[in-house]
This record gives sequence, structure tokens and C-alpha cells, in this order.
Amino acid sequence: MASADGVRVNLNSSWQGNTRFATSQITTSGGITDTTVNVSVTVGKRRASASTNVLDDASLKRTVELAERLARLSPEDAELMQELGPQQYAKVEAYNEATASLAPDLRAKAVQSLMQAARAEEGSAGELAIAGFLEAQAGVTCVATKSGLFAYHRATQVSLSCTARTPDGTGSGWASGGARDWAQLDAAALGRTAARKAVSSRNPQAIEPGMYTVVLEPQAVADMIPALAGSLNARQADEGRSAFSKKGGGTRVGETIADARVTLLSDPADPELLTQPFDGEGQPVPRRVWVENGVLKELSYSRYWAQSQGKAPTGGGGGGGGGGGFGVPGGLKMVGGTKSTAELIASTERGVLVTHMFYIRPLDPRTVLLTGLTRDGTFLIEKGKVTKALKNFRWNESPLLMLNRVEEIGVAERTARGQVMPALKIKDFNFTSLSDAV
Amino acid sequence: MATTAAAAAGIALGPSLLSATPRYLATPGIDPFEEDLAAEALGAARDAGASYCDVRIGRYRRQQVSARERQIQAVSDTESYGVGVRVLVQGSWGFAATSELSKAGVVKAAREAVVIAKAARTLQRRPVELAPVKPITGTWMTPVMKDPIEVPIEEKVALLLAANEAALKVGKIRFANSGMGLLREVKTLATSEGTMTTQTFIRVGPTFSATAVGGGDFQQYNEELAPRGSGWEYIEQLDMPGNAAKWAGLAAEKLGAKTVEPGRYDLILDPTNLWLTIHESVGHPTELDRATGQEANYAGTSFVAPPEKMIGKLKYGTPLMTIQADRLQAESLARCAWDDEGVPAEQWNVIEKGTFKDYQTTREQAAWIAGLTGVKRSHGCSFADSWSSAQFQRMPNISLMPGDKDIGMDDIVAATDRGIIVKNRGSWSIDNQRYNFQFSGQVFYEVKGGKITGMLKDVAYQSTTPVFWNAMDMIGGKKSYWLGGTFTDGKGEPGQVNSVSHGCPPARFRGVNILNTGRAS
Repeated sequence: MASADGVRVNLNSSWQGNTRFATSQITTSGGITDTTVNVSVTVGKRRASASTNVLDDASLKRTVELAERLARLSPEDAELMQELGPQQYAKVEAYNEATASLAPDLRAKAVQSLMQAARAEEGSAGELAIAGFLEAQAGVTCVATKSGLFAYHRATQVSLSCTARTPDGTGSGWASGGARDWAQLDAAALGRTAARKAVSSRNPQAIEPGMYTVVLEPQAVADMIPALAGSLNARQADEGRSAFSKKGGGTRVGETIADARVTLLSDPADPELLTQPFDGEGQPVPRRVWVENGVLKELSYSRYWAQSQGKAPTGGGGGGGGGGGFGVPGGLKMVGGTKSTAELIASTERGVLVTHMFYIRPLDPRTVLLTGLTRDGTFLIEKGKVTKALKNFRWNESPLLMLNRVEEIGVAERTARGQVMPALKIKDFNFTSLSDAV
Repeated sequence: MATTAAAAAGIALGPSLLSATPRYLATPGIDPFEEDLAAEALGAARDAGASYCDVRIGRYRRQQVSARERQIQAVSDTESYGVGVRVLVQGSWGFAATSELSKAGVVKAAREAVVIAKAARTLQRRPVELAPVKPITGTWMTPVMKDPIEVPIEEKVALLLAANEAALKVGKIRFANSGMGLLREVKTLATSEGTMTTQTFIRVGPTFSATAVGGGDFQQYNEELAPRGSGWEYIEQLDMPGNAAKWAGLAAEKLGAKTVEPGRYDLILDPTNLWLTIHESVGHPTELDRATGQEANYAGTSFVAPPEKMIGKLKYGTPLMTIQADRLQAESLARCAWDDEGVPAEQWNVIEKGTFKDYQTTREQAAWIAGLTGVKRSHGCSFADSWSSAQFQRMPNISLMPGDKDIGMDDIVAATDRGIIVKNRGSWSIDNQRYNFQFSGQVFYEVKGGKITGMLKDVAYQSTTPVFWNAMDMIGGKKSYWLGGTFTDGKGEPGQVNSVSHGCPPARFRGVNILNTGRAS
């Protein structure tokens, strides 16, 4: 290994404890521990990586030798960036002992409390079928290079989601929550919310698909915004194949791309996000305000593209930057307003309330056009009140274009998977067909 | 490469016969070290109070090579090795997994699984009962001539760069991406009922795409290179360097394609597109765990429910529609000799001549519908994507059987007055009960008066599953059958991926709603 120009080791050690339930009983639950070592070797402009979770000396030696052999066999990479030396990182405390040692009996008790709270909301609807998933995770991530870089981060995360369905099959409700600290999760409250939505969503009525004012609950917003964040790649924009490419060349940075109240950012140290402050290469992940007051301020730069364009890298290289899969490293947060979701509903003359979304897929990268469906609680709003349950819709809509039709922004909250998103009231949301799915 | 229906029916080739065929690599035996570890875990689970236990030891070796234009983006080789222990304690499941492959490690996992099962039992409503299965000892391996992991990395790199180079020579092509994902998985299963098997799975998944830029527009074309349960010889047969220019030419042609006029058309689906529609609109709704609410919180439920109102009664499609479930099909991704409960692989009809007949089941699920189907055994659909995942009901290969008439795409086009052909997978989305779907493709052709008149773009078709399958009025014969598939069929919490294939001929569907997905205003 002495002859290698660069060596990077990524170590990930994790524990997960999960409890899955359906038809009102625990179906599967498990505990999983694993530690993986990934070795990247650089020889001149050649690089390759090998990884193993077999941690005896012989296996580690074999993995290092494999990485070096693959590197020497690989062609030169003109875009290769040499491994980093020592770096400074933001201090992020994302670890909670109670979450990291959440025992199976405590998880079962939480599920029991959720089910009891849900069943208390049944009323005349009959016995609800409750399904859901509780997962606690604890993990350590380390990055070290031959050049002296050392990065370490540990984090916990617990999430709980549940679906309640009415016995007649016409009503379904859903709720979820997530936190770093197990004590912040209120299982009973989630059960109550899902059950109320299930009961009130029975016998949904069909209304014609078309353009409607919608109130998207925070999770519905969180379901759509990552596709927009994923389009912030600077190279794609510079190369003319992104919604943020400017006609005739260049990018749309500096242009107004959304309503003036929209601000979208990533920040590992934000107390509501607390994500890994470095990426897989050990590159620090700084705070980045992508959209500020509706203006596109920044795009996401890899180390290579940043160097070639004279910009600062934003992190995200080397396989994982702690962003939680939201398209950019450093978490994702949309700055909220002051109104509750109930207040957004109260100010709506006629519209559709959406709980969350399902099966979102891209249709056209030029406009970030997506398709997807509403799910588990879709309601008609009339004169400021929820008046009836609606059949679900398929929609074809762009989160980018939608953010130009914002009527109101609600209070932002942390969603189960770690994004911070507000409820949004959007004008002319494009529902294209009805779905019979409940 | 087309897999014919004859190959699809090649189920007579049993595991022992295949492994004895000289041109294929020899099947590895059971590792004595793993056998000892499994025995330790089984003993520890029994001593802790488990009435049933299975131990799965998995060693996964994966290679990824990807290229962008004239350079290699990534070369990686990963190994993951560990054990998952699943137990039943008084009718409740518990599962624990560890990468610590020592006697102490597996004993600890077995005891933890029992503790987890006891916690689950506090909320038990219906104890788990397993359908009977005859214990078996044996080995099996995907029949391959060349283990893809062992092929020199230089050969892989050269193949991808040659494909990209050929694509970049085509006018208006600015970007070319190619890659391959290769897997060798060795899985040993031991159960407290006496089963002891070791299976070696080989899978390969090549990819290719090209992007054309021009006239203020950009268009990408992804070739539908089906992943397969095959060796390196399959990658060679695809001749990516020799075909890349043709594929890239389609991306360039898309720049000049006419945007579609929305409306109702007769839809002609090439097998490269139809396989995914089968997966989403037939494969998932006929999973018994979805029909009974086990997946309600994530993947959803199913319109094919409740079972007592569906089995033998639901008219899923026209009499042209026979859907076969199969874990034996040559080159398919879900092929095996036994599932993750030691149940022998088999094939059965899910839909016969348009009528729904049976679901996909595991040992736990078989009894739920045995009174309706008369089938008391599991169909062998238990599968886990890793040693660290608990096995649960996963999709076998689910395929649309070819029609009796020896016709193909050309015959269907010739018989169509106003239609659209869709090829390859594009965007796909379907609701949580598998009614409303919207699918797209990579290339589309307009058909007028029995002839292809030009390329279209911005096409998506939207329909509802029973309406769609009851609109199928033409279907290709055996010669037009092709096997598609995916490595990434997602389901479950925590999420797992399943590798599964779907075969089909081309087919025509009358009067389907076509949308324009072009620039939104």
C-alpha cells in the first residue's frame, strides 16, 4: 500500500431494532448489527474501491489488496480528485442513548399504546385494522485518508408510521413521526391521527379531476420537494440538461424560480436537521441556501465540477453525505410560515386537503414534472371546512412550477424521515385522473 | 437476447441435472464451517424456547463498473457476509442478524431473536402456523459458463468504453453512460426441521443510455438491457459496443419526434415495455400479503381482495390472458431450487384464460387460502434480499404466456388502424391498491392504416388494471416472447429489494387513454 498515492477508508457501523405490525398484531421484528469497511485506493489518476464486513486481519488485508489491484487495472480518470487532507467540521450532536438502546419490549409497548389510542377513535366505523412500522437506528460513520483526514459522526434516528383501515375497506388514514430522541415520539398521538383520518375518510366521493387549490400537509410537501433538490446539480445545469439550464448556455442562478416566500436550504448543524457534516470523501458539508426568497442562489457542486468551474464544492461525493437521500447533502428544510395546517384550511374557499403521496416518478426533467397519487386521507375543503372524503387522485405536477403558485405557507415541522417542511396551500394543482384505491 | 417460451418451459431441467452439465461451472458444496455455525444457532434457539428456527448464512459479492463518456466513473467490489436467525416462539416471529460469524456471535443472535419473538407475542392475535415441507439436503447453482465476478476488470472497462465511444460518434450525442452490476450470492439455509441447502446465485445487469442535445432540447434514450440470472456470456451476447450507435441514434431521433396528440389509441406494447406493466398490475396485486393487509402501511393493499371473492371468480382480463408464476425459468432472476424456507421451486398459474386462480404464498400464508384453492403447500415465495433481512413473501417470475397463433409485432401493427407502439420502460407509477396506473417508455411510434408512420415523444398511457387487461385483443406467439426484469423490486419495512423477471410477447390493448407529458405550462 506504500506505493499507492492515496488511500481512503470509510467505516460504517450500525444497529437497527425494528417492529413491524399489521392487522393489529406484530408481524415481524428484528435486530440487526453490521460493520462495513470500504477501502478506496488511488494510484496516479486511477482509483477503485473494495469493501467487506468481515473484519479479521486476513480479510481486511485481502480487501486492501483487491482495491489496489482494481485501481491499477482501471483506466486513468481525467476527473479524479486526490484524497483530502485534514478538514474542519461543524459540531453536530445527533446521538441519543435512549434511541440507541431501544429494547424490543419497549417497542412492543409503544405499538400497543398506538393501537389502543387508535381503537379508541373507532366509533361506529367498526374495528380498525392497524399496520405500521417502528424503527430505531444507531450508527457511526468514519472517514480517514492517508493524507491525514479524519472525520467521525454518530447519530440515532427513530421513526414510527402507521396506517388505520376501516373494516368496510372504504376508509384509510395515515400518520408518522420521527426524531433523534425516542422520548420525543408520541406513539398514541400518531395512532389517534391515523384512526381519525380513517374514520372520516370512509365512503369517499368522486369529483372531476382538474386544477384545484390544495392544502398539502407537511409530509405531502416532503414527498415532492426532494425531486426538486435532486435537480440542483450544477453540472447537469451547465451541460444543458436540467430545469436549471439557461437557454443558450449557463445556468439560472440569480433568477426568480419560485414564489418570493420560498426559501429552501441544507445545513447539517441546523438543530432541526442535525445531519452528517461531511460526505463520503470527508469533504465538509456547509450550510447552503439553494433558494432564497424565491431566487435560485446556488447549485450543488462535486469537487471536480467545483474546481473546473471555480466554485466551492457543496459535498455529496464518495457515496453519502448524510442528506438522507433528499437529493442534496446536509438535509433539506423549507422555511415555514406562522399558520397551522388548520388555519390554511380555514382560509380556503374550495380545495383539496392531501395527507401524503404515493409512487412518485419523474416524467420530464426539463420541468421536474412528476406523477404520483394521493393516499390515506384526501378531503374536500369548502368554505374553510373539511366537508367530505374524496376519492384519491393521480396528479401530474412539478414541484418547481408548483412553488410559483403558492398561496400560503404553514408552520414547518420535522417529518418522519428527517426533512423539515411546512404545509403549503397551492393554487391550480393538476389532478389528472381518479383512483379507486383506498 | 430473446428467451423463448420453450426455454421458459424448460422446467424439466432439475437442479441436479443442470449442475452436472459439463459446460456449466460446478456447483459449490455446503461449507462445513457454515454447517457448524448453523447447528450452534439452531441449538441456541431451541434452548431459549423457540419451537421453530431457520438460519440463513449469506455471502454476497457485488461488482459495479460504470462509465461516462470516455472515462470510468467507478469501479467497486463489495463483500457482505453474515447470518440471520429467525425463530417462532409460541406462534410469534423474532429475527436477529449479525455479521459476527463466530459461535458466540450466532448464539447471541439466536437468543436475541427469541427475546424479540417473546416481545411480539404480547400483541399476538393469530399464532403463526407453517405449511408442511419435506426436509431436504442439497446444493444448486445458477447455470453459468463464466462467473462474471472473475472476468478481468480490464475486459469490463474496455467493453463499456467501447460502447460509449461508439455512441459518441453519432451526431448530436453529447453524453453516453454505461455500466454493469454483477452479483455472486452464496446462501446456506438450515432449519430446525432438518433442511440444509446451499445455493449459489449469479446475476448480471448491464445498462446503457445516451443523451442527445440540440435545438434547445435534450432527449435521453435508455436501452432495455434486461438483467438476467446468467453468466458473463450473456453480457457478451448483448454486444453493447456493436449496438451502441444504433441505440444512440434513437436518442438523436427523439429530438425530432412529433409530440403526441392526447386521446384514445390502440396501444401496442413491445415486450420491453409490457414486462413492467405485468410486474406492477399483476405481480404485486396477486401477492397474498398485500391482499390481506400485511403491507398496508407501505406498499399498500390490493384490489384482488378479499380472497374468497376473488379466487376462481375475478375476471382479470380477456381469455388471451394466462399468467404463470415460476421460480424455475431459465435465465430468470427469481430462479432457485428452494426458497428461503426450503420449499422447492415450482410453477403455477395465477390467471388462467382471464380468470384469477391463485396468489403467491409462503409457508405461513398457505393455510390462509388452502380452503379456497385446495393447495395446502407453500408456493415457495419466501425470500430475503440479504442475510440481514427477514424473509417474507416476494414475487416469483410472473409472465404473460404467449398466444397460440404464431404472430409477432409486425402482424399486430399490420392489423392496427390507429395506434401507438411503446418500447422500453420509461416512467411508471401505480396506486396503492394497483388500480390506476400511468406508464411511459423510451421510444414511441405512431401507427396508421397498419403501418408505422413516425416517431412520437411525450407519451404516457394511463388506465385501470381490470379495464386494461380486459381490453387486450391481440397477443404475440412463442417466437415473439422476451424476458425482462429488474434487480430493484421494492417492498417491506425495512425496505428490501427483490430480483425478478417477467416474460411476455407483444400485445395490443384497445382504446387506451394517452397523455402528453411534454413541457408543462
